[in-house]
Amino acid sequence: MSLSLFCRSLFSHFSCQFNVMVEPISLNSLADTTLAALQDAALAAVAAAPDLATLDQTRVHYLGKNGALTALLKQLGTLSAEERPAAGNAINQIKVALQTALDDRKTALEQTALSARLAAERIDITLPGRGQTPGSLHPVTRALRRIERLLGNAGFAVAEGPEVEDSYHNFTALNIPEHHPARAMHDTFYFDAERLLRTHTSPVQIRVMASQAPPLKIIAPGRVYRCDSDLTHTPMFHQVEGLLVDEQVSFADLKGVLYDFLRNFFERELQLRFRPSYFPFTEPSAEVDIQCVMCGGSGCRVCKQTGWLEVLGCGMVYPAVFQQVGIDPERYRGYAFGMGVERLAMLRYGIDDIRLNFDNDLRYLRQFA
Amino acid sequence: MRFSEAWLREWVNPPVDTQQLADQLSMAGLEVDAVAPAAPAFCGVTIGLVQEIVPHPDAAKLRICTVEVGGAAPLQIICGAANVAAGMRVPVATIGAVLPNDFKIKKAKLRGVESFGMICSVVELGLAETSNGIWELPADAPVGADVRQWLTLDDHCIEVDLTPDRGDCLSVAGLAREVAVINRVALTAPAIAPVTPTNADQLAVQLAAPAACPRYACRVLRNLDPTATTPIWMQERLRRSGLRSISPVVDVTNYVLLELGQPLHGFDLAKLNGGIAVRLAQDGETLALLNGDTVTLRPDTLVIADANHAVALAGIMGGAATAVSADTRDILLESAFFAPLAISGKARSYGLHTDSSHRFERGVDPQLQVRAIERATQLLLDIVGGEAGPVVVVTAEEHLPQPPVLHLREARIAQILGLALPAATSVEVLERLGMTLETVADGWLVTPPSARFDLVHEVDLIADIGRIHGYDQIPVSHASAATVTTAPSEAGFELERARLALVDRGFHEVITYSFISPELQALIEPEAQPLRLANPISAELSVMRSSLWAGLLHTARYNQTRQSERVRIFESGLRFRHDAAGQLQQPLGLAGLVSGSALPEQWGVTARAVDFYDLKADVEAVLALTGAAGQFRFVAGEHPALHPGQTARIERDGLPVGMMGMVHPALAARLDLKGDVFVFELDVAPLALGILPRYAPISRFPSIRRDLAIALDRTISHDAVVNCVRAGADETLREVMVFDVYTGQNVDSSRKSLALGLILQSYSQTLTDDFIEGAVGQIVNRLASELGARLRD
Repeated sequence: MSLSLFCRSLFSHFSCQFNVMVEPISLNSLADTTLAALQDAALAAVAAAPDLATLDQTRVHYLGKNGALTALLKQLGTLSAEERPAAGNAINQIKVALQTALDDRKTALEQTALSARLAAERIDITLPGRGQTPGSLHPVTRALRRIERLLGNAGFAVAEGPEVEDSYHNFTALNIPEHHPARAMHDTFYFDAERLLRTHTSPVQIRVMASQAPPLKIIAPGRVYRCDSDLTHTPMFHQVEGLLVDEQVSFADLKGVLYDFLRNFFERELQLRFRPSYFPFTEPSAEVDIQCVMCGGSGCRVCKQTGWLEVLGCGMVYPAVFQQVGIDPERYRGYAFGMGVERLAMLRYGIDDIRLNFDNDLRYLRQFA
Repeated sequence: MRFSEAWLREWVNPPVDTQQLADQLSMAGLEVDAVAPAAPAFCGVTIGLVQEIVPHPDAAKLRICTVEVGGAAPLQIICGAANVAAGMRVPVATIGAVLPNDFKIKKAKLRGVESFGMICSVVELGLAETSNGIWELPADAPVGADVRQWLTLDDHCIEVDLTPDRGDCLSVAGLAREVAVINRVALTAPAIAPVTPTNADQLAVQLAAPAACPRYACRVLRNLDPTATTPIWMQERLRRSGLRSISPVVDVTNYVLLELGQPLHGFDLAKLNGGIAVRLAQDGETLALLNGDTVTLRPDTLVIADANHAVALAGIMGGAATAVSADTRDILLESAFFAPLAISGKARSYGLHTDSSHRFERGVDPQLQVRAIERATQLLLDIVGGEAGPVVVVTAEEHLPQPPVLHLREARIAQILGLALPAATSVEVLERLGMTLETVADGWLVTPPSARFDLVHEVDLIADIGRIHGYDQIPVSHASAATVTTAPSEAGFELERARLALVDRGFHEVITYSFISPELQALIEPEAQPLRLANPISAELSVMRSSLWAGLLHTARYNQTRQSERVRIFESGLRFRHDAAGQLQQPLGLAGLVSGSALPEQWGVTARAVDFYDLKADVEAVLALTGAAGQFRFVAGEHPALHPGQTARIERDGLPVGMMGMVHPALAARLDLKGDVFVFELDVAPLALGILPRYAPISRFPSIRRDLAIALDRTISHDAVVNCVRAGADETLREVMVFDVYTGQNVDSSRKSLALGLILQSYSQTLTDDFIEGAVGQIVNRLASELGARLRD
């Protein structure tokens, strides 16, 4: 087949497809002109493709298995060896140009489609998220966790004991004999002559010392009970007791652990004051005041204008207590401390009424999420 | 104990101001609770003499007084008080005076008559809460003098909250000793000279219970002037110490109690029959007390008796029959030492607490009795006159407390305090505190003063050295003592983690009282025998909870009535139950309650009330924290507080670990709870044993899923179906799930339709279609033969 015939057949194919009329001209120019027209038509079709589907049809039409350019390439073999390189080259150039145009158009169409999708999918990101909303830990638990964590880091392990106690563990073993004024001061809830609700977490000291050998380093958090209920007292509250028993322990070590603990608890530098006091189960004993965390020590309602807040009781374990639990007071010494958790929680979170802790109003609890 | 600063400063007057003095006391372990002015601020009040009184012409209740106030001319003052009389000395607020609460006195006209000041009552001067008219000052009050200066009202009342070991500081003398030691200044005690007897009257004293009362001193005083009144200086000191003036005899005993710390008692001598016996009460003996109560005595109670009757509760309160009255002329004054153990708890056991019992319980100096009776005698003779008999003192020496001799080792001081002190410093502190020291090889033998009942052990002395030297002088040591490393088991269930899991699932933690109302307890667990408090705060808080549900239900109602319809709460804590053997157990529990909508109200989600399965998912999430979720089963159960058709007993390997379900609608109604309420409760102990994760290889071959739709009898449980599927399958069955449950249209009312998803996988090969068909066929056959399940079309 001659080139003109080849081109003509090609053209007829096109004209019927795309209704393009091309006048036949001289063989060479015809070939060039026809190819140029083919290229123009193809590029125009690409440019006009309104969407990816149409674009793909166009690609198939020219470059597909039965496409126009593919057909031309297939027929190159019918040309002479002299004609073939030029014709092949010409067709390939068109093919490359067309492929580039297709790719560009495809990218453009995809971009348009994506933009449209993104525009359509625009949402009000200020609407709230869906699902369950988290609850909250009770402020007392929150403070307890912090206490346990800080003292846990210092090596104190958590120990627990019963809340219905006997008078031996709650009083006698702690050097508070029957009828001692200190016992009367405890406002104890009784069940009968022997059983009572523990008035402090100190009996856990006794239980631990009676069952484990020194060295001991424990804290005992938990509920305690006093028969007292008014604006500033609830009949149940929480304490954390701390106990360390070892061979070389002094009041100076006790001061050290409490300085660290209180400063870390409140996350600030604090002045501390160790005031001599009395607990039947420790000697020397002290009450620990911190510089008021509300006013910084200048005096306010919370600290009753004193600048100080009492937060802790502590002391060196009394030898009689060691004797009760069979620990040699000549070999071992120890310190103990006890704190009211509600007091610390209230100072930490600015709570002004202890009773809120046991009303369990959700509007209160939610504030501690 | 409350005392007047000026009184203390008569004993010891260190160069420190009031606030410094208060701080010193607090830092020495004598905690100052309050410092209050002895009188509120006022000025311009002068002592006046009422010269003349005429009625007001236009007001029946007012009178026109002419009052001399030391100025050039007497003042005309209108007074409405009924007790004003000519010749009286009274406090007069003159023009320009400012009374408490910034009340300024100006010239006034009352019903047309001018008044140039005001005659004041104690209330108007802020010295008392009530009064009977104007304040009549003693006849020796200097007319024209400033009332404030004359009464030294620029004084402070200092309130110390003494710990029970420091009975020795329950007096001005005791506190003064401490202040002197702290400030290293001298102590000036008032001179107490023995009063020479002017009559020979005395009563025989018998110590029938010498261990309880090893020393009893008494003295007869005759011919007291019943018209005498307590001098104003003493009334003022009593007032500033929080005591009311009653009569000279009572006031003097109170004054000496405050001054020296020795409780005294005055009996009306005329009412006593025969001598004094200090003995234990006879069982059932009765005694009418000064406060109007009549007590029936127990034989463990020490009494003072005359020949016939008990006349006083020893160391606690006197009897009414022998009380000093307005016309008492002769008295017996008592000053005794009662052993602390004889008095401890006794006052309380009779529902009493007095200044006297408070001191005897804590320990009164056993060497003080005679000094105190001499002091009181001296004061009484000054005030009411009369003649004193000799002091009768009966002592059972062998029963008097002997001061211990304590071995104080020097090395021990530094070991306990963590502070190395020169030996001389320790010695000096102890000696200033009134101890006697004898040097021995490694330290000292120390004898404390007789007033110090708290010094019984070496460490008590070390504490005193630390206290007086100053706790602030003790260094802060960070030398950490042995850290005993103990870590909880990694596999163990942590309550802490479970709490957080519940919080993350929308629960709020609550803490409720461990004691609840017996009614609520009975509604929740009618079978339980709750532990009952002997002395509850109120009936509402009188039995120990056997379940955490009581507090949760109460809290749910509390919040529902406060516009919180949606409640998701949990609590952990001990419960109190008797086991089969009747022993009290205190198991730790974790319980929760949900009510209201499943999710918070929100957009884009159809609102739905929470149901059993919502809560079950929460419970399963908690159980999963054991790492052993597969060991737990929910078994249909029953509980008096729960809906019979929606109750699950939770078991671990067949043993019960908890309950969950819908609160019985009848109970919910009874408790005024709105909507369906669901609860769970778990025992924490059986959860404790967790499982440490153990790696199992992951199959390299794909898993295959086959879904089955089956119809079967409605009563057959999910667990029965799953168990049947597992029983019919081989090891390639990885998972069985129910992804739909359908009842209703197109399903017979006695049947239900389940959609099951089966996931099969092998470790050794890709499963073939033939194998899967066979395996599923086997399962279907088993479901059909065991459960009567049919495949649905």
